[in-house]
Amino acid sequence: MVPIQHYLILSAILFFTGAAGVLARRNAIIVFMSIELMLNSANLTLVAFSAYLGDVTGQMLAFFVMTVAAAEAAVGLAIVIALFRKKQSVNLDEINLLKW
Amino acid sequence: MTFESIAFYLLGTVSVVSALLVVTRRNPVISVLCLILNFFCLAGLYLTLHAQFIAVIQIIVYAGAIMVLFLFVIMLLNLGDERRLVEGMNIKKTAAAGLTLGLLAEIVYILAGFAAGRSVTMSVQAANIGTVENIGSQLYTRFLFPFEITSLLLTAAIVGAIVLAKKKLK
Repeated sequence: MVPIQHYLILSAILFFTGAAGVLARRNAIIVFMSIELMLNSANLTLVAFSAYLGDVTGQMLAFFVMTVAAAEAAVGLAIVIALFRKKQSVNLDEINLLKW
Repeated sequence: MTFESIAFYLLGTVSVVSALLVVTRRNPVISVLCLILNFFCLAGLYLTLHAQFIAVIQIIVYAGAIMVLFLFVIMLLNLGDERRLVEGMNIKKTAAAGLTLGLLAEIVYILAGFAAGRSVTMSVQAANIGTVENIGSQLYTRFLFPFEITSLLLTAAIVGAIVLAKKKLK
């Protein structure tokens, strides 16, 4: 039997891989993929606790996280397309209109 | 070693390796393919947790719908490889990487310490709560209001995506 800590540590490793991708990469699409990685690792934590506590709420929350991720991907990729049309680039360092 | 723990360690290793490949490849198409592998591994991990419904939804929604959208956008924009993986390694980015690794080490340390002298076993009802029947009956009774709010969210996302991707607003 796998103890729940192993699931949580795996989830933490996946989350920080995604966080490192968001911080280090400058390609907007790869940054989006890293965000998906982080959302998925949160889902893994929720489902693990759901199974170990015998409560369905965690799986429900994971289900709603998935819908939010789908909506976020659709809107985010539309923003990427609109930016590419204007700047001919998806490099986040060149998109600095709102940067202080 | 039971079958479950072998499956967990195998899938866990593959998912970590594929996640690392996602953030280190220069070609975005390879990153997407590694991310799909990662999603399949996570679906397998959900199966080891007896969450059949979430595992199937993971494959259909993530690997099926969201990743096709990503691939479609990458092909549409026709992006080349990035020249350098990490551009401009300055003091701020080094600090960010150090802080990320420090936080990860801290979390792993706390979780490993939590494990000592404790044996948390999977709930005996775990096999019954992840079925489609149970998820459906809970979704349409206890979680009916959030479920309806979700439809509003999806409508807003559809309208937002169309408005943003349109060429010109009239």
